[in-house]
Amino acid sequence: MSELSSNIILVILVTSLATYLSRFLGVVSSEKIDVTSKLFRWFNCIAYSILAALIARIVIFPAGVLEEAELWVRLIVILISIFIFFITKKNLVYPTVLSAILLSLLNSYL
Amino acid sequence: MVNSKYFFQGLKSVKGLDSPAFALGASFIAIGALLKNIGFNLEQSIFSTFLTYALPGSLVMAESFLVGASLINIFLAVWLVNARLYPMTVSLMPLLIHKKQPRWKYYLSCHFIAVSAWLIMKSKYQTIEKKYRIDFWMGIGTGTWLIAITSTIVGFLISDYLNKDMMIGLAIVNPVYFTCMMVGAMKSLQINLSIILGAILGPLFFFVSPEWSVLYGGVLAGTIAYFVGEFK
Repeated sequence: MSELSSNIILVILVTSLATYLSRFLGVVSSEKIDVTSKLFRWFNCIAYSILAALIARIVIFPAGVLEEAELWVRLIVILISIFIFFITKKNLVYPTVLSAILLSLLNSYL
Repeated sequence: MVNSKYFFQGLKSVKGLDSPAFALGASFIAIGALLKNIGFNLEQSIFSTFLTYALPGSLVMAESFLVGASLINIFLAVWLVNARLYPMTVSLMPLLIHKKQPRWKYYLSCHFIAVSAWLIMKSKYQTIEKKYRIDFWMGIGTGTWLIAITSTIVGFLISDYLNKDMMIGLAIVNPVYFTCMMVGAMKSLQINLSIILGAILGPLFFFVSPEWSVLYGGVLAGTIAYFVGEFK
């Protein structure tokens, strides 16, 4: 095995260990947490708010190719998608498929 | 062992009108293409999604690898960005734990904890008998994980045909899916506040610390929402 590919394998292993660590510790803690406890409700709030914070960050301060689309374009696509989600009685296929097409089009013609 | 009726019921929940397949597919196609572009071969790309299966972590890995970061730095950066998996696990697993179920199932299936599988399980757990929730969860997890692996392969293979506008289109799909799922989950004061405050404080804390903004903003927003909900 060349040096580069053994390096890549190590990078993947380190990444997966760092990821599994939080999941593993979460299960260890879960064994002692009752679903009716205040602690559980607090963690529940934190889980939802961290996800909301993560998604908002990805949309407003994106890291990858999304940067190339203007902020207002990204926000409009998100708002239109939420609107489609509601008028299709919470169907998730339509808003996701349409959002990709819409953003690609807006970005290439604006 | 695993109850197949509930396992397949969970597995089947990845198709249908609330399917995460397209959203997951789009983002892992992008990951497959990205890994190819930074020099991974097909086996390594598959191995990466197989073992990590958490999107932001894979992105950080790719960035760190490109700049030649040390292994310890990669470990810390990935651990930080995936630390959200801890509260996600703690707010999910207690709902699935049953004393008649073997513990290996929990330690194995926690690997499937990622935003899409988590949101699906959170919206469906009440409809499943408590004893078999873990089997149902293993079905959801297996389904979403296999979609991610397959899409990584597809992304790797078609990366030459993806132009920039298509990559941008793929990149918005996941945030759109998560946003819709979160809006759909807004059913109690505590959860509504957690989501709204998280979406406001997360980006605000970006001006304080880009790296820590999600954790700082999320923990603060969740704590405020918790206290408002408890003591209103």
